[in-house]
Amino acid sequence: MFPPREEFLRVLPILIFCGGGTLLMLLQPFLRSRTAFSLLALAGSLTAVVSVGCSAAHPGAAFYGLIGSDPASVFFEFLVGAVAFLVILGSASYLERESLAPAEFYALIFFAAAGMCVLASAREMLTAFIGLEMSSISSYILAGYRRESPKAAESALKYFLLGSFATAFFLYGIALLYGSTGTTVIAQMTPLAPGLLPKLGLALLLIGLSFKVAAAPFQLWTPDVYEGAPTPVTALFSAGPKAATFALLLRIFVEMPLAAGEWTRIFWILAVITMFAGNLGALLQTNVKRILAYSSIAHAGYILVAFAASNEIGVAAVLFYLLAYAAAKLGAFSVVAHLGGAGEKRIELDDFAGLAQRQPIAAAAFSLFLLSLLGIPVTAGFFGKFYIFKAALASHLIGLAVLLGVNSVIAAYYYLRLIIVMYMREPKEETAALPFPGAVTTVLALCALATVYFGLFPNHIIAFASNPRLFGH
Amino acid sequence: MLILNHLWIIPLLPLLGAAINGLSGLFGAKWPNKAVTAVAIGSTGLSFLAALECVREFLNLPAAQQALPWVKQYFTWIAAGTFRAGFDLQIDHLTIVMLLVVTGVGWLIHIYATGYMSHEGGYYRFFSYLNLFMFFMLILVMAANYVLLFVGWEGVGLASYLLIGFYFLKKSASDAGKKAFIVNRIGDFGFMLGMFLLFRTFGSLDFVTVFDKTRELPADALGQFGILTISCLLLFMGATGKSAQLPLYVWLPDAMEGPTPVSALIHAATMVTAGVYVVARSHILFTHAPTAMLVVASVGAATAFFAATIGLVQTDIKKILAYSTVSQLGYMFLACGVGAFSAGIFHLMTHAFFKALLFLAAGSVIHAMGGEQEVTRMGGLSGKIRWTYFTMLMGTLAIAGAPGFAGFFSKDAILFSAFQHAPGGRILYAVGLASALMTAFYMFRLIFLTFHGKPRFDEHHVHVHESPKSMLGPLVVLALLSIIGGWMAAPSFWGGTDHFTAFLAPVFGAEAAPEAATAAVSEAAEHSLELTLAGVAVATAFLGFFLAFWLYLRRPGVADQIAKSAKGAYTTLLNKYYVDELYAAVIIRPLVWISDNVLWRAVDASGIDGAVNGAAAGTTALGDRLRRAHSGNTRSYAVWVVIGALLILAVIFWPMLKPAAGMVP
Amino acid sequence: MVPAGYYLVLSAILFGLGIVAFVFKRNIITIFMSIELMLNAVNLAFVTFSQVLGKLDGQVFVLFVIVVAAAEAAVGLGIIILIARHRQSLNVERMDLMKF
Repeated sequence: MFPPREEFLRVLPILIFCGGGTLLMLLQPFLRSRTAFSLLALAGSLTAVVSVGCSAAHPGAAFYGLIGSDPASVFFEFLVGAVAFLVILGSASYLERESLAPAEFYALIFFAAAGMCVLASAREMLTAFIGLEMSSISSYILAGYRRESPKAAESALKYFLLGSFATAFFLYGIALLYGSTGTTVIAQMTPLAPGLLPKLGLALLLIGLSFKVAAAPFQLWTPDVYEGAPTPVTALFSAGPKAATFALLLRIFVEMPLAAGEWTRIFWILAVITMFAGNLGALLQTNVKRILAYSSIAHAGYILVAFAASNEIGVAAVLFYLLAYAAAKLGAFSVVAHLGGAGEKRIELDDFAGLAQRQPIAAAAFSLFLLSLLGIPVTAGFFGKFYIFKAALASHLIGLAVLLGVNSVIAAYYYLRLIIVMYMREPKEETAALPFPGAVTTVLALCALATVYFGLFPNHIIAFASNPRLFGH
Repeated sequence: MLILNHLWIIPLLPLLGAAINGLSGLFGAKWPNKAVTAVAIGSTGLSFLAALECVREFLNLPAAQQALPWVKQYFTWIAAGTFRAGFDLQIDHLTIVMLLVVTGVGWLIHIYATGYMSHEGGYYRFFSYLNLFMFFMLILVMAANYVLLFVGWEGVGLASYLLIGFYFLKKSASDAGKKAFIVNRIGDFGFMLGMFLLFRTFGSLDFVTVFDKTRELPADALGQFGILTISCLLLFMGATGKSAQLPLYVWLPDAMEGPTPVSALIHAATMVTAGVYVVARSHILFTHAPTAMLVVASVGAATAFFAATIGLVQTDIKKILAYSTVSQLGYMFLACGVGAFSAGIFHLMTHAFFKALLFLAAGSVIHAMGGEQEVTRMGGLSGKIRWTYFTMLMGTLAIAGAPGFAGFFSKDAILFSAFQHAPGGRILYAVGLASALMTAFYMFRLIFLTFHGKPRFDEHHVHVHESPKSMLGPLVVLALLSIIGGWMAAPSFWGGTDHFTAFLAPVFGAEAAPEAATAAVSEAAEHSLELTLAGVAVATAFLGFFLAFWLYLRRPGVADQIAKSAKGAYTTLLNKYYVDELYAAVIIRPLVWISDNVLWRAVDASGIDGAVNGAAAGTTALGDRLRRAHSGNTRSYAVWVVIGALLILAVIFWPMLKPAAGMVP
Repeated sequence: MVPAGYYLVLSAILFGLGIVAFVFKRNIITIFMSIELMLNAVNLAFVTFSQVLGKLDGQVFVLFVIVVAAAEAAVGLGIIILIARHRQSLNVERMDLMKF
C-alpha cells in the first residue's frame, strides 16, 4: 500500500522544505559558521523552488486525494518558494547584525514555507488545516525571534493568541462542513440535506481565513505584529501566508460546489471595509513598517475585490496581483530591514529623509516598490490593479470599482509622502550611509526586476492564470 | 528591411544608453566622464543612424505601401476582453519627420551637452536622464496607438520633470519641476478622458482603426459638440499642457531652471512639440470637428500673440527664448487649426532647428559670461565670442523670418494658410502678423543687448571666453540647418516647389490641402496673393528689426523712457500679466488655505507641508478614528473579530430572515 | 440514547463560552485555556458528526486536532514565558507597546 513514486514527486517542494528544515535543526549543534547555515538554507530553498518544476511535471492527486499538484498549486508553490528564498537571502546580514541564531531561524522559515505549500495544494480541508497550522505556528515563533526585544515578544503573543482564536473558527467551520456534507474533500462537498449548517460552516471558514489574509474587521493584529516582528520575517508574513491563504480561498470558491453564488455580497463588504481600513489607517502613521503593514491590509482589500467579481478574469487577477504584490512588498521590507540599523531603531519616517542623496540606489529601489504598490504604469502593480478593475467591471460591480479607485487615490498620499521624504527633505541630523551587502542588493535587484518585468510583460502570467484547468483534478 | 522590421531598435538604443549610464553611476562604480560621454553620444548617434536607415528603407517601398502607415506589432501589452493595446510601432511620413528631428537634433544637443555639462556634478545622471528622454520621445512619435503614445507622453514628462529639477538642491529648480509636473497632470487628465472617449466610440485605440472609422463618420457641424468634437477638445487639453499653450503655459518659462541643453532639447525642439504632433497625428479626428479646429486655431493665435508681448520686456536670456518658444508653438497650433497641418509640422521642424540653435547659443553665452543670464548685464560680446555671435545671429534671422532663412518659409506658409481660412482667417492672420512683428523685435533686442553696445559688466571679473569645440560644432550645424532647412518648401513664386507638403501628402492627403478650399481662386491670383503676403511679412520683420535697432543701439535711452511713460503696461508685461499671481490667488492659495485649515492635522502630524494633498479632512478624521481601533489591546482586537464574525453571519443569513424578499424572483 | 443534536448544541455552547472567555479574561494563561476550550468544542462536534454519519474519519480528525493543539500549546507557553520575563506580568491589558 505504499504510495507510488509520482505521488512523492507531486509534493516534492513540500518534502524538501520539511526535510531541509529538519536537517538544519539537526545540524545546529555541530555547525558553528553562520555562513554555512546561510548557504545550506539558500541551497535548500533554491532546490525547493526548482523542484516545483518536478511537481509541475507530474500533475494529479496524491495520497488518497488529500493533496495534489495542478497549475494553481504549482504557481503558489513557486511563489512561496521564491519568497522563502529571497527572505533567506536577505536575512543573513540581518541575523548577524541582531546576533540571532541562524539555524532555527532558517528552519522555521522552511517549516512555514512547507505549511504554505501544503495550504496551497491541499485538496482536503483537514490537510489545509494542518498546512495552516504549520505555517502559523512557525510564524508565531518567528514573530518573537528577537527575544530580547519587548516589542517582538508582544508581537508574538498577539499573533499567537489572535491567530489561535481565528484558527478555532476555521476548524469549527470544517467540523460543520464535515457534518453537513459527510466529507472533507473540497471538490466533493455537497450538502447532504438543505439547511443552515453548510452555510454556517462556510461562514466560519471564511472568518478564519479572513483573519489570516488580514481582511477587515479581522485585520487589527496586522500592524502590531508586523511592527514587532523582525523585518525579514515581516516580509515573509506579508508575502507568503497571504498568498497561500488566498490560494486556499480561491480553491474553495472555485471547486467547492456549495460555495457557488451568493458570496459576492460578503466579499463586496469585506473588500470595501478592508480597503478603507488599510488606506485610512496608513494615512497617519509615521513608522515605515506600520505604513507598509497598513498598506498590506489595503492590498488584501484590493484582492478581495477580485473575489467579489468572482469571474475568470478575477481568478487570473488574484494570481497576478499576489505575484506583483509579493515582489514589491518583499523589496520594500528588505530595504527597511537593512536601513533600520541595529535594533531596528531607525524606521521612522524622519529617518528616511534625504535618503536619495545618501543612498540613491536604495531610494530608487524603494520608490520603485512603492510605486508598484501604488499601481503606477510600467510596474507590475499597475497591471495587478488593472486586471482587478477589469474583473470588477466585467461583473458590473461599478460601485466597487469606483471605491477601488477612491482608495488608490487615498493610498497615493502615503506612498508619495514616503517618496517625497526620501527625495525632497533634508535629514534632521547627519546620518551615515548604510551600504547594502551584496546579498540584500541581489534581493532588491531581483524584486525590482520582477516588478518591472511583469509591469512590461504581464501576459505570460495572465495567460497561465487564465488556464481553465487551473484547479485541476 | 533590417530596421523596418525591427523598429524597436531605434528607441531601444537610447534606453540602453540610459540604463548603462544610470546603473554604472548608481552602483558606485564611478565611470570616467569619457565613458559616459561615449555611451550617451554613441547610443543616440546610433539611433540617429538607425532612423536614417529606416527612412531609406521606407522610402524604397512601393508607393502604394508608403501610402499606408507601416505598422509593426511586437507584443500585446494589455489584453482584456475586446480591448487590446500592444507595443506597436509605426512609420509613416509624419513619423519620419519627427524621427529625424528628434534623433538628429537630439544627437547634436547631446554632443553640445558633453561640453556644457563637463564641469557639473552628476554627469552620468544627466546623460542617463537625457537618454531616457530620447527613448520616451521616440516611443511617443513611433507609437501606433494612443495607449503607447500616452506611455511616451508620460515618459517624456517624467524625464522633463527629472531634468528641470536636475539641480535639485536649488529650491527654485525643484519648485519649477513640481510646477511642470502639476500643470501637466491637468492636461494629461484631459488627454486620458479623450482616450477613454475614443475607446468608447471606436472600441479601439489603434490609430489605423480609429482613423478609418472616423473617415466613415459625418463631420460634426461647426458649433456642434458631438463625440468627435469633445474627444478632440480633450486631446487638445492634453496638448495645451504639454505644448505650453494658454492657459497651461505657465510651467515652461519656469522650466528654464534646468540645464540649458535640456531647455534646448526638451523645452524647445522636441517634447513641447508633442502636443502639435498629437493634433497633427489625429488630424482626421480634428478635420471632422470644425469647432475643435477653431478652438485650436484661436488658442494658437492667442498664445502666439500673448507670449510674444511678454517676450518684449523680459531680461533673462533664457526666459526671452522660453516665451518665444511658447509663441512659436502657438503658430504651430494656429497652422493645425486652419487645416494646414503640413505647414504646422514644417514650422515644427524649422523651429526645432533654430530654437535649438538659439538656446544652445544662449547657453554658450551664459557659459562665456560665467553663469550670467541677464541681458542687461551683458553687451559688446560680438567681438569676443565670434562663433557664438555669428550662429546666434543666424538663428535670430531665421526666427524673425528674414527672406531665405528657414523660419521665413514656414511662417509664411502658416500666415498664408491662415489668411485663406474661411471663418475668421483675416483676424488670425492679423494676430499672427502682429506676433511676427514682436518676434523680430524682441529677438533683435536680445541680439543687440547681448552682443552690441558697450559691455555692461565688470570686465575685470568676468573673463569672457569662447566655448569648446564640442559646443561650437553643433551650433554651426544647426546654424546651417536654420539657413537651408526651409528650402525644401520654397513657395512657388520663389521658384521652388513645396516638397515638404508633397512629402507629407500620404499622411495628410486631401484633408490637409488648404488650397482645396479656395479652388476658385486662379493660380496666378494665388501667386500674387502669396507674393504680397510674403512681402508684408518681410516688411514686418524688417520693421521689428529696425525698431529694435533704433531703440537699443541708436537711442539706448528711449526704451527706458517708453517703459517709464507707459509704466502700467510695462510692469504688467514684465510681470507676465500677473498670470502666476492670478493662479496663485485663485487656485493655489485656496488650496493651501484648505490644507492649512482643514488638513492641518495631517500636515501637522506628518510634518509634510508642501506636498499636494488630495486627502481631504474627512479622510484624515476617519483615519484617526480608525487608528483608535488599533488600541494595541488584544482583547479589543478579539472583540472586533467577533463583530466581524457576526457581520459575516448577518450578511449570509439576512436573506433567510426575510423569506418573502428571498422568494420573490 | 441522547440525540446528536444535544451534543452539537453543547459543542456550540462550549465554543461560545470559549469566545466569551477570550474576550473577558485578562490573564494570558486563562485566555490561552479558552482557546483550548474552543478547540475541544470543535472536537466534540467532530466526534458527534462521526457518530451521526457512521464514518470513522471524524474521530481521526480529533486526533489530528489534539496533536496540533499540543504543538500550539508548546509554542504558546514558550511565548507566554517570554512575555512574563519581559513584563513581570501576565495581564493582557498591559501588552500594548504597539498601538495606533
